[in-house]
Amino acid sequence: MSTVGTRDITKLFDRVRAVDSISLTAREGEFLVLLGPSGCGKTTLMRMIAGLETPSAGDVLIDGAVVTDLPPRARNVAMVFQSYALYPHLSVERNISFPLRAQGMDKAEIRKRVEWAAGMFGIARLLDRKPRQLSGGERQRVALARAVVREPVVFLLDEPLSNLDAKLRTSARDELKEFQRRLGTTTIYVTHDQVEAMGLGDRIAVLDQGRVRQVSTPSEIYHEPADTFVATFIGAPPMNLVEQDDTILGFRPEHFLPLEMGEIDANGRGTAGAAGGEPGMRLPVRVTRIEYLGADQLVYAVLEPPFPETHVISRLPWMVPFTAAQGERRDFVVRPVDLKRFDARTGLRIDGSGRR
Amino acid sequence: MTTAPARLRFLETGLKGAAARLADSERWLGALLIAPAIIYIAALVGFPFLLAIFYSLSNATVGTTSVSFVGLDNYRAVMESPTFWVALKNTLIFAIVSQVVVVVLAKILAMLLLKEFRGRWLVRLLILLPWVAPISLGAIGWLWILDSIYSVVNWTAQALGLFAPGTRPIYLGRPDLAMGAIIVVHVWRTLPLATIIVLAGLSSIPSDIIEAAEIDGAGFWRRLFQITLPLVMPILLVALLFGLVFTVVDMIVVYVLTRGGPFDSTQVLASLAYFTGIEGGDLAEGAAIALFLFPLLVVIAILFLRIARRAEVT
Repeated sequence: MSTVGTRDITKLFDRVRAVDSISLTAREGEFLVLLGPSGCGKTTLMRMIAGLETPSAGDVLIDGAVVTDLPPRARNVAMVFQSYALYPHLSVERNISFPLRAQGMDKAEIRKRVEWAAGMFGIARLLDRKPRQLSGGERQRVALARAVVREPVVFLLDEPLSNLDAKLRTSARDELKEFQRRLGTTTIYVTHDQVEAMGLGDRIAVLDQGRVRQVSTPSEIYHEPADTFVATFIGAPPMNLVEQDDTILGFRPEHFLPLEMGEIDANGRGTAGAAGGEPGMRLPVRVTRIEYLGADQLVYAVLEPPFPETHVISRLPWMVPFTAAQGERRDFVVRPVDLKRFDARTGLRIDGSGRR
Repeated sequence: MTTAPARLRFLETGLKGAAARLADSERWLGALLIAPAIIYIAALVGFPFLLAIFYSLSNATVGTTSVSFVGLDNYRAVMESPTFWVALKNTLIFAIVSQVVVVVLAKILAMLLLKEFRGRWLVRLLILLPWVAPISLGAIGWLWILDSIYSVVNWTAQALGLFAPGTRPIYLGRPDLAMGAIIVVHVWRTLPLATIIVLAGLSSIPSDIIEAAEIDGAGFWRRLFQITLPLVMPILLVALLFGLVFTVVDMIVVYVLTRGGPFDSTQVLASLAYFTGIEGGDLAEGAAIALFLFPLLVVIAILFLRIARRAEVT
């Protein structure tokens, strides 16, 4: 197990700062997810760690040692590409054993390792096939087997699930997490899919415009976002933001409930209003649309004065009876504890609980 | 009772309908579009080919008005002539040596051109230049370069002290040097096309695969021999096939530089066929020489296409 990280690493592409002075370390055995919109620099950061890209400034560190000037093959990192990048002219067996043969390992040992890796991913019966004879899910497993077979110091995974269809993706996610836990290898995982990030990561680093916005556990990223970018990037639908003087109030759709709901449920579980004895913050809205999504319903609304005219969304469980005509005026509430405050100018949290 | 304009309109819609039907009918439109190519091939390839077969079985010469059938006499005569065997051997040496050199150089050049560097477009242009330059112009330039007295190679080598003073190799006048010289010129001439073909093949390899090999611990040579070469092999074979066929049927370098000399040491089948049939006037024997290569080329073509298909990967 190893620590893998960067120190003040920067990458310029023709004056564009693709990665802007990022210092980030994956701990021993940790599953660290790099999450951000496309063009945020997450893939460039990973490619610099792999050695495929040379940083403009800063260093890559593996187990505390600077490896910035080492070529990829001297770093003993393993990478799974989005396209899997299997060698199309080689059989599955030769694909998996390629890194071992490059090391000059002896044949018996290679066979043992390949069998172990293939057995682990359930692809032992595919060893004689060529990549083009495999399904998407099988290719992904071959790529993973090729990555684990030589016991690297770190796995770098570049959106390895995005080429799978939606159903397969969920099960592949479970398996991936399970393998990582069993192997205990430090893993850095790039994705733009927040569901993947939340489900897989021990910690998530949210990136935007080449900078790290927040590094934290999935739950903290969700409940205690460090700034308005993280608040709106994470969560679907995103956190509601309402400007009030020089602060921005933020609240999750599931915490934004009709007034009567807060009053009916006296136990306060998942409700607003009467919960901790403190009165909830009342927000008058005009309902514009209700969307039924099976388990949930989304209420789209616009805030009424004295609040600025802002579009907000409330998410209610399906069993909550809520009806409103289009344009109807209603009162919604948010528990004080569910209200986050951000600086209107910088977008940063000002009530202190958002940690970086 | 229909009036003239109405009848006209009827005719017009009828015509329009026919045009629309034609445009929609894959059978007729397809036939129409492919017709020029078929006519072209039939008139300029098929007909001369059949004519050549006919000539090779006859006693036609440039001067005759009546032609009679002589069976395989011409082929027999050709096989008995020592010049033919020399030309056949020369053709094989010329084609194989020059094309193997071309493929190796093309691969190296293409790999260099794949890298990003300043002025890459200029280098690409320069490499393509021999291909677009008129061959007679290029060959005349080479004639000067290889001249025994005015050769820049000799002058430069003497100025640098590589050749002893007074040494002037007669590149085109000595059998061993002459073959070397025409191979060099032919390589110069066919290298651009091969380079472009290989470059296209190399750039079609996803960069992911090369990077994966880099991370998997493969150094330059391992990547070259285990990843890049196997992946471009089909295209390399196509380039080799084109080069071989093109070289075997071509005589212009030989014609301009040595006219087959000295002592037939650079005589190839294409030039021998030309000198015998056109300049010597014996159409029948010339046709027989030219046709001799046809079965050989067909076999080469089938062989290579099969290998190329087997090596195909996706």
